[in-house]
Amino acid sequence: MSVLHRKLLRELRQLRGQVVAIALVMIGGIGMMVMALSNYNALSQTRARYYAEYRFAEVFAQVKRAPLPLVEAVRAIPGVREAAPRVGGFVNLELEDYDEPITGQIVSLPAPGDPELNHLFLREGRLPVADNEVVLGEAFANVHDLRPGDPLTAILNGRRQVLRISGIGLSPEFVYQIRPGDVFPDFARFGVLWMPREPLAMAFDMDGAFNDLALTLTREAREQDVIDALDALLAPYGAIGAHGRDLQMSHRFLSAELDQLQVMTTLFTTIFLGVAAFLLNVVVGRLVSTQREQIAVLKAFGYSRWEVGLHYAQLVLLMVNVGVLPGLALGAWFGRGMARLYMTFYSFPFLEWSLQPSVIALAFGFALAAAALGTAGGLRRAFAMAPAAAMRPEAPPVFHHTLTERFGLGLLLDPTARMILRNLERRPLRSLMSVLGIGLGIGILVMSSFQESAIEEMIGVQFGFAQRDDLAVTFTEPTSARAAQELAALPGVLRVEAFRSAAVQLRHGHRSYRTALQGLADDGDLKRVLDDQLRPAVLPAEGLLLTDYLAGMLAARPGDLLEVEFLEGHRRTVSVPLAGTVREYLGVGAYARREYLNRLLDEGSALSGAWISLEPEQRASVITALRARPRVAAVTDRAAMIGSFRETMAESILTFTLISGVMAASIAIGVVYNASRITLAERGRELASLRVLGYTRGEVRALLQGELFTLSFLALVPGFLLGLGMSWLLVQGFVSDLYRIPLVLPAAGFAIAGLVVLAATALSGLLVRRRLDHLDLVAVLKIRE
Amino acid sequence: MQATADHRSAEVVFRATGLTKIYRMGDVEVHALRGVDLELRAGEFVVLLGASGSGKSTLLNILGGLDAPTAGRVECRGHPLTGAGDEELTRFRREHVGFVFQFYNLIPSLTARENVALVTEIATEPMAPEAALALVDLTDRMDHFPAQLSGGEQQRVAIARAIAKRPDVLLCDEPTGALDSATGVRVLEALERTNLETGALTVVITHNAVIARMADRVIHLSDGRIAGEERNAGRAPPSELHW
Ligand SMILES: Nc1ncnc2c1ncn2[C@@H]1O[C@H](COP(=O)(O)OP(=O)(O)OP(=O)(O)O)[C@@H](O)[C@H]1O
Ligand SMILES: [Mg+2]
Repeated sequence: MSVLHRKLLRELRQLRGQVVAIALVMIGGIGMMVMALSNYNALSQTRARYYAEYRFAEVFAQVKRAPLPLVEAVRAIPGVREAAPRVGGFVNLELEDYDEPITGQIVSLPAPGDPELNHLFLREGRLPVADNEVVLGEAFANVHDLRPGDPLTAILNGRRQVLRISGIGLSPEFVYQIRPGDVFPDFARFGVLWMPREPLAMAFDMDGAFNDLALTLTREAREQDVIDALDALLAPYGAIGAHGRDLQMSHRFLSAELDQLQVMTTLFTTIFLGVAAFLLNVVVGRLVSTQREQIAVLKAFGYSRWEVGLHYAQLVLLMVNVGVLPGLALGAWFGRGMARLYMTFYSFPFLEWSLQPSVIALAFGFALAAAALGTAGGLRRAFAMAPAAAMRPEAPPVFHHTLTERFGLGLLLDPTARMILRNLERRPLRSLMSVLGIGLGIGILVMSSFQESAIEEMIGVQFGFAQRDDLAVTFTEPTSARAAQELAALPGVLRVEAFRSAAVQLRHGHRSYRTALQGLADDGDLKRVLDDQLRPAVLPAEGLLLTDYLAGMLAARPGDLLEVEFLEGHRRTVSVPLAGTVREYLGVGAYARREYLNRLLDEGSALSGAWISLEPEQRASVITALRARPRVAAVTDRAAMIGSFRETMAESILTFTLISGVMAASIAIGVVYNASRITLAERGRELASLRVLGYTRGEVRALLQGELFTLSFLALVPGFLLGLGMSWLLVQGFVSDLYRIPLVLPAAGFAIAGLVVLAATALSGLLVRRRLDHLDLVAVLKIRE
Repeated sequence: MQATADHRSAEVVFRATGLTKIYRMGDVEVHALRGVDLELRAGEFVVLLGASGSGKSTLLNILGGLDAPTAGRVECRGHPLTGAGDEELTRFRREHVGFVFQFYNLIPSLTARENVALVTEIATEPMAPEAALALVDLTDRMDHFPAQLSGGEQQRVAIARAIAKRPDVLLCDEPTGALDSATGVRVLEALERTNLETGALTVVITHNAVIARMADRVIHLSDGRIAGEERNAGRAPPSELHW
C-alpha cells in the first residue's frame, strides 16, 4: 500500500463521524431509490409476465346482447387475432353470517373452442365441472375465508341460486378489483366469480348470445382501427364502445400506481442527491482548505496535479461508497416489503421480485453523481492549487459586525450570542446551505405527514359533502320512476334520490373522454356537486357541469359546446353547452339535472339507480328487502366501504410515514452533525483558546450548541415552506383523472417536523460533546493548521 | 576550516536573468523581486541572506519550479524553466529538487518514516527512508506522527524527506529558523553531508549570518535585488558554528 493510500485511510478514520453522517444520507437516498425502483420493477415485471403468460386481452367491448355467430364477423376484422365472446354481469351475493350487501362480478369461462384469453390462475381447487360451480376471486375468498367446496348464494337475474366454489382463482383482468363506479376497492363487499358460459348464459337469458368481448390483436394491427371497426359492427347490438387496455379498469389503476411510484422515486432521489452532494461539498471543501499546505508539499515534491486530484477523488469515492451497499440492502429489504404490501391491494398470482443489475448500477451511479456534484469544486481546487501560493496560510477570515448589531440591536446580545452570529455570518453560503439541508429534513417530515391528512380530506369531501347516502342502489337497466317510489315505501327508508347515469363519450375539438354522465335531482341532498370552494353547487337548468380537471383535459370553458355521444340506447349524439365546473378529488365526471339528461336521451323519466338514506336500526331489513328485488343489480354501503378502505390504507400509510420519518431524521442528523463537526474543526483552536482563557466547558459547549440551534431554528420556516413545496410537487406529480390529491397540511405535521429536527440537533450536540469536552488544549494550540 | 572545492568551473545548474516577481493584490503591487541575475553551480553550498520580506522565499520558489516569475528567465542545466508547462515543472521537481520549507510542512496524518517514504516512492534512486532518517538522528522516532515530535524533530524529518531522494538541487528555506543552536547544528551537518556526498547544489535561506560561514558562497538579498555576494575562502564545519 502506498503512503498516500495510508494517508487516505487515516484521514478517513479521522473523518469517520462525518463519513457516517454522509453515509446515513446516502443510505437514505439510495435506500429510497432502490426501494421505489425495485418495487416499480417488481410491479411492472410481474404485471408484464402475468399479462403475457395469462394472455390478457388487448381490446374489450360490451354489448347488450349479440348473437354468437357475430363473433365470426369480429374475427374477420383486419388486425383481430383472437376474439373471445363472453357473458358477464353483476349479481348480488349472499354469505351466511354476513349481512352486508355484496356485489359480485361474474364472468364466463371460455367455452370449448374459444380462445383462452384472460386465463385463470387457479390458486386452489379446479375449474367448474357442474353447472352450479364457480371459481371465486382470491381477494374476496380470503376476506371471507372461503375454500373450495363452500357454498355461495347468488341472485342470478332475480333467481336466488346456491353456487358451490370449485376453485379459488385470479385473472389478469382483475389485478385491481374495484366495483365500477366505486372509488375504493372493498374486497369484503365486491368479489369476482367465473362460471362456464353455458349455465351463465342460461341464467342471464343469453342463450346463444354474448354481451362481452375480449380480443387480442395481430402485431401489425392499429388498435384504434380495430376499435372503430368493432364499434361499427357492434353498434346495432347496444354496444357502449370498445376500448383498449388504457380504459380497462384494473389496468388503468395499476398504471396510475406505477406512474405515481415513478414520481416518488424521482422526487425523493433528487432530494437525497442534493443533500448528499451538499454534505460532501462541505466536508471535501473544508478538507481541501485545511490541507492546502499538504497539497503544496505533494506538488513541490513532484506529485502531479493528476496524482493529487486522484488522491482526493479516492477519498471522496471511499466516503460515498460506504453508504452504497447498506443503502442497497436496506432499499432491497424495504422494496420487497413494499412490493408485498402492494400485493394486498393488487391480486397477482406471483411476485416477480429481483434486485436488477441496472438498479445496483443506478445506486452506484447515484453515489457517483452525488460525489461529482458535491466535490467537483473542491477537487478542482486541489488539482489547480498553485504550490507556491498554497504554501502560505490562507488569509484570516474577515469578520464583520453582524447585521443584528448593525441594526443597533447588538446591546441585546451577550458576547456568546454575538460570537455565534458572527461565525454564521462569516460563511454565509455555508450557513445558508446548512439551513437548507436541515430545511429539507423538515420538509420531508412535513411531506410525510401530509399523505394521511390528504386522504382524510378526500374522504371527508367526497363522503361528507358530496355523497351522503347510506346505500346506493343500481338497477339492472334503466327503470321507470315508479321504482324510486317503491324504494321510498320500504320501511326504514328516509329519503330516496333517484339518478340517471349514462355512458358517454365527450368531445371538444379533437379531445375526447369517456365517462358517465349523471343526471341528479336538482334539490339533491344525498348527492351534491361542489364548486371550487367545495360548497354545494346548483345544477343548471340547461347544460352540463364537468369536473374541473375533466374540463381542463377537454380544454373546454364554460359556454363552450360539447359533443356528447351516448354509448347506449339509440346512441344519440347531441351538442350541449358546458355550464360550469365542479370540484372533485376522486375520479372525473359529468353532471346535469336528471330531467335534462332524460330529455337529451329522448326518454321518459328513466332511472339508473337511487341513493337512499336510512334509519340506522332498519338497515339490515332494508338490505334484505333490496336483495329480494330482481331489478336491483347492486347495493353499495358507502360507510362500510370507507371503513374497509381506511383499514387497508392504514398499514401502507404507517409504512410510508415511518420510512420517510426515518429518512428525514437521518438527513437532519446528517446535516446538523456535519455542521457541528465542521464548526468544531474550524474553530477548535478558538474554542480551546477560550478554554485556556478560563471559559468553562459549559460555556464553550453553549457556543457550539448555540450555533447548531440557531441553524436549526433558522431552518424551521424555510423547512416548512420546502415541505409545502415538495408536497405540492408530489400532488402535481400525482394528478390524474383517477384522483387529485388535495394539498392539506395539518398543523400537527409542522409541529412534529420541527420537534424532530430540534431533537436531532440536540442529539448531534451530544455527539460532538465528547470531542468538545476533551479538546486537547495543548495540542490544539501547538499544531499549525 | 576545510578547503573548499572550487566550483567556479563546475557545471552551471541554475542561470537566472532579470528575474522579477510582482504580486498584485487589488490595486497594491508588491515587488518581491526586482531583476535578479544569478548563476548557481553544481556542488555549491550557497547561503541566501536577507531581511524579512526581501524576496528570499520567492526566489527559492521560482528556482524550484514552484512559482513562475513575472518577468525574466530561469534555466536549469540549459533547459528553460520559465514558460515550462505544469507537467514539465512537476517532472523537474520530482526528479531533481529537494525542498525544506520554512514551516516544515509535514503531512500530519503520516509518521516520520511515511513522510519520507512519500517522496522516495516516486523518486528514481532514493535512499531508504530509514537511512535518510538515520542521517538526521531520528532512527528512534521514525514511527511517530508530527504532532508527537518537537519543532526541531519535525524540521529534521523535513530535511530527511528532502535529501532521501538524492536530489541534484537542495533548496532549504530557513531550515534552522525554529531550532536552538545545538539542534540547528545537527540539521546543518545533515545538509552539509548530503552536499558533500551527493554533490547536490544546496541553497540555504537564513536570517542567521553565522550560518554563512559554512557556505562556499553567500548572496545578500535586499528589497528584491542582489545587494552583494561574497565567496568564502573556506567552509567552516557546522560544528564550529554557535549562535
Ligand atoms: N502570495 C503573495 N501575495 C502577495 N505578496 C506576497 C506573496 N508572497 C510574498 N509576497 C510578498 O513579497 C515579498 C517577499 O516575500 P518573501 O516571502 O519572498 O520574503 P522572504 O524574504 O522570504 O521573507 P521572510 O524572511 O520573512 O520569510 C514580501 O513583501 C511578501 O509580503
Ligand atoms: Mg521566507
